[in-house]
Amino acid sequence: MGCNKKALVALIGSVFMAGASQVLADPSALMMANTCAGCHGTEGKSVGPASPNLAGISEAYFIDSMIAFKEGTRPATIMDRIAKGYSESQIESMAGYFASLPVYKASVPHDAGKAKMGADVYDKGCAKCHDENGALADDDAGILAGQWLPWLKYSMADFQSGHREMPKKMKKAVQKLSDDEIEAVLHFFASQK
Amino acid sequence: MASFTRRKFLKVAGGAAAVSSIGFPAIVGAASKKVVIVGGGVAGATTAKYIRMADSSIDVTLVEPNKEYYTCFMSNEVLSGHRTMDTIKVTYDGLRGHGVNVVHDTVTDIDAAGKKVMTAGGKTLAFDRCVVAPGISFIDNIEGYTGDAMKAMPHAWKAGEQTVILRKQLEAMPDGGVVAIAAPPNPFRCPPGPYERACQIAMYLQAKKPKSKLIIMDSKDKFSKFGLFKQAFSRYFPDHIEWVAAKDGGKVTRVDAKTNTLYVGDTAHKVDVANVIPAQRAGTIAMKAGLTNDKGWCPIDGRTFESTMQKGVHVVGDASIAAPLPKSGYAANSEGKVCAAAVVDMLNGRTPGDPALVNTCYSIVGPNDAISVAMVYDLQEGKLSKVKGSGGLTPKDASAEMRGREVQYAYSWFENIKHDSWG
Repeated sequence: MGCNKKALVALIGSVFMAGASQVLADPSALMMANTCAGCHGTEGKSVGPASPNLAGISEAYFIDSMIAFKEGTRPATIMDRIAKGYSESQIESMAGYFASLPVYKASVPHDAGKAKMGADVYDKGCAKCHDENGALADDDAGILAGQWLPWLKYSMADFQSGHREMPKKMKKAVQKLSDDEIEAVLHFFASQK
Repeated sequence: MASFTRRKFLKVAGGAAAVSSIGFPAIVGAASKKVVIVGGGVAGATTAKYIRMADSSIDVTLVEPNKEYYTCFMSNEVLSGHRTMDTIKVTYDGLRGHGVNVVHDTVTDIDAAGKKVMTAGGKTLAFDRCVVAPGISFIDNIEGYTGDAMKAMPHAWKAGEQTVILRKQLEAMPDGGVVAIAAPPNPFRCPPGPYERACQIAMYLQAKKPKSKLIIMDSKDKFSKFGLFKQAFSRYFPDHIEWVAAKDGGKVTRVDAKTNTLYVGDTAHKVDVANVIPAQRAGTIAMKAGLTNDKGWCPIDGRTFESTMQKGVHVVGDASIAAPLPKSGYAANSEGKVCAAAVVDMLNGRTPGDPALVNTCYSIVGPNDAISVAMVYDLQEGKLSKVKGSGGLTPKDASAEMRGREVQYAYSWFENIKHDSWG
């Protein structure tokens, strides 16, 4: 990265004027993250019926997701177009903001019977990587607990169709599950309060 | 503010605190911090909420005549019978929960120099900063479209009573009738709106009145999401929607409400239901307050949304000139947050940081089929600009599965933006 005198003057100027961000000419993390709220809810708490909650998701998961959207390696309706609007440093900055919020689990309509059956499926197939019933951010496997059911279904459909790459361990686990078991475990995640 | 500790200040100042004390702003603890917001649509409500979320020491009063507000977005689904008016209704209880003082009154004048707002109810509200979010008003560009004609040939471009009138007319229309949408010239609120409306009404006609037809008489030769809408028209409604461009005789210049007739010059089109959407400009109060240019819209500074015509007064939402952002609900919400952050900074003696904005706009064009346009915006050389490489439209060849998902995300957009703005 070249550093000329003009840029340095501008940098110092911006610090004097705005007393602001570390990265020159980047809006603050909060300023950027607030633009997500129209679909993902105020402070990343989605009121549904489909867009996922972002509150509390890990930095690594947020960054991986946004980069994948940006590069077109993760299927999307609209997020691919939006992710292209941010630099990697801007994505990192938003990731820090959402990771700083407490994990949010929405009250998602679900089938209690399926959720009960899903608890067993979770124990044998998912628990190793999706810790704490899918509510632990630190496992960097995304927050699945209290996510909206349509989004959980779309995500699983993309994994199963091969449009989204599954980690090896997940592929092995998913291959062992019947359609009913998969449906059940999605209800289990949605049912988490 | 008396108990304003350094620790709390650091928290409020956020990023600024990370940079040592160079240029550290003086604390203006004793200064009054009063904001009056004119208008409780998306932009006004969002600004009010986000000011209070960022700094609860700021006194925010929002003046809005209506106790209940009906969102324009998704009102086309009321016209097709896919949803009820109740689902597009919001109240101001959520904003009150954030400590916003909501006053149901009508602003009659804004004295920018004297820093006060006057209301029809006889109130005078003093402000340090004023945010004007008046939405749109109509231009008299169609001869005969005044007074009672607006009820006979509803525009339904401000949701509420007008939406109900148009829905009732559609329900009362006999099978075999003709519905006309007279689409307005640019710029106007919700650029894809008339065309989504055509699809929604056509879905109703197909199901309930299959011998009927809808004709879009346009003041333009092209419109938002053009290719995708044309695709939807021919895919779903080949026998029910006809679009007539301005160059082909679509531009309505006169109406006769008594006979439900639309005129293009001397050519008369008698129809059964006429949805006439006139040309638009900023809401009336913006003109009265000296906030509008010669075209009737409000020029603003892209960093703060402060008017370039009246200091201390900001304009957000459809009334502002925020191009390349469109006049959409999502843009109004996004602008409200940028304005809120700027107002909070300015009232606390800080220089506002760089803005970030997004627009996302869905149109539901068929059974389980929605399309969208999205864009990310920032400030480049002092001007609101599209971030290069970002945004764009739903691909024309998107699968039925992805189009179906867009419907669910459209509903998520709707529920979340209502909650983010008023909740």
